[in-house]
Amino acid sequence: MSHSVLRLTEATLAYGTRTLWSGLDLEVGAGEFVAVLGANGSGKTSLLRAILGLQPLRAGHVAVNGRPVRRGNDEIGYVPQQGRVDVQTTLRARDVVALGLEGHRWGIGLPSVARRRKVAAALTAVGAADYANMPLGLLSGGEQQRVRIAQALVSDPSLLLCDEPLLSLDLTSQRVVTALVDRRRREHETAVLFVTHEINPVLPFVDRVLYLGRDRFRMGTVEEVMNSATLSELHDAPIEVVRVGGRILVAGIPDTPELAHHDHHEVAVR
Amino acid sequence: MSVWQEIFDFSDYGALLTLEHNTIVAGAVLGIVGGLISAFVMMRDLPFAVHGISELSFAGASGFLLAGASVVAGALTGSIVAAVLIGALGTRARDRNSIIGVLMPFGLGLGVLFLSLYHGRAANKFGLLTGQIAAVDTPRLTVLIITAGAVVLGLLAVWRPLMFASIDPELAAARGVPVRLLSPLFMLLLGLTVAMSVQIVGALLVLSIVCTPAAAAMRVTASPTLIPLLSVAFAVTATVGGTLLELGSYSVPISPYVTTVSFAIYVGCRVVGALRSRRGWAVRGVPVPTPA
Repeated sequence: MSHSVLRLTEATLAYGTRTLWSGLDLEVGAGEFVAVLGANGSGKTSLLRAILGLQPLRAGHVAVNGRPVRRGNDEIGYVPQQGRVDVQTTLRARDVVALGLEGHRWGIGLPSVARRRKVAAALTAVGAADYANMPLGLLSGGEQQRVRIAQALVSDPSLLLCDEPLLSLDLTSQRVVTALVDRRRREHETAVLFVTHEINPVLPFVDRVLYLGRDRFRMGTVEEVMNSATLSELHDAPIEVVRVGGRILVAGIPDTPELAHHDHHEVAVR
Repeated sequence: MSVWQEIFDFSDYGALLTLEHNTIVAGAVLGIVGGLISAFVMMRDLPFAVHGISELSFAGASGFLLAGASVVAGALTGSIVAAVLIGALGTRARDRNSIIGVLMPFGLGLGVLFLSLYHGRAANKFGLLTGQIAAVDTPRLTVLIITAGAVVLGLLAVWRPLMFASIDPELAAARGVPVRLLSPLFMLLLGLTVAMSVQIVGALLVLSIVCTPAAAAMRVTASPTLIPLLSVAFAVTATVGGTLLELGSYSVPISPYVTTVSFAIYVGCRVVGALRSRRGWAVRGVPVPTPA
């Protein structure tokens, strides 16, 4: 593994009296693709927020490129979880990407050739150059996600955090988005932390898996984590993991307390 | 005198034009501020909040009028209190709408109470709700210009981070934008703008300056540079154009002229936008493959 980009040491995250995870040691190297899985409410998004400096840890330490985390770190690209944007959103794809570059700076931002070039390059890299001038609200879900990835990568970060970027995308778009992220880390040595509830779309690319369970977690290769024994232990329930034709099927994940009142009859084949 | 003559009578136009010089300048200034801020009002989905703020601004102005104090100060007080309350209590759209729904009738009721107790000039009474007839005097114009200048400078200073925070607050916060600071700051700027507008077009019609211009601009362009520019052009056309038309009438206040011009521009933009989206918003680089 090449030099480490992200390092969590003995990290503990808690809300009030509820501890989501504790003693988490995680090191992600340049160019490494780590998938983060786990039940709802297991603290996947909170982990990303802690790395972004938006969520303080109860204990432990997070460092990006050897420096303690802070808000507004140019070294991190972030694709937050979200649904489709409002059709009324009038910003064009290239305006959205430009916000990723200097949206945090004060003032109106006078036109600049350098910015135009960087934005155009970022859009080209994700294959979104054709609809650079389209309002975001008129793009399909897959196209919007490409634009968001361009927005996260335009500042040339060394760490990319993606929170459920495949949510509500069709299979083709899921493949396109994961392949884009994979190409980025291969060509630019960008470390990737990819939160997802679906392992299969990222299976061909993922180096390691961090699985967050109730008060515990497991880190390792796909084989080490995604097996019946490990997941049964993490969920405190009998779980069957079957590999069929290059896909991983997981059966028996119990409903999380948060979802129980939603009358969720989930077969839990994920 | 026929109704038509009451609405349009341009016999002494030249003399009136010099007399109403201040009102025209006030209209132009208001158009610039209103046009600029309405771009963010649309982006942040705040038209209803604007309406709520203007009703409380009306309550403040009428309260001060009754107490014999400055109407300008009253309008400012009312709208800043409302803007701060709405900003603090309603961070999510749903909360916000219910809070505005609660505040608005209360403010309007207070205003009606103050006005019914007031025994001064009737024109002052009516003017706060539906727009003024009396000319803007020079001290009032000075206050207006200074306030407008402050709002425009404030908006320009926070332009990019405010846009970022309006589109994607989560990502903006991660990138270091002080989202929680920008929100009340914007409400303050909005409160100032509404207080200025209430004095010219009246509490009920503020939206024609602080929402319609950007709503119209967004129908014809998606460019973040063109939207505010067009919006300012539309708002200035509505306020100045409305003032010039109003000079021809003795009894009708300025507001129906402003709102009508503003609405006409919006309708025009909708027609242009509809024609455009029929052809496709922007031409994509790659032609759509046609079946062989």
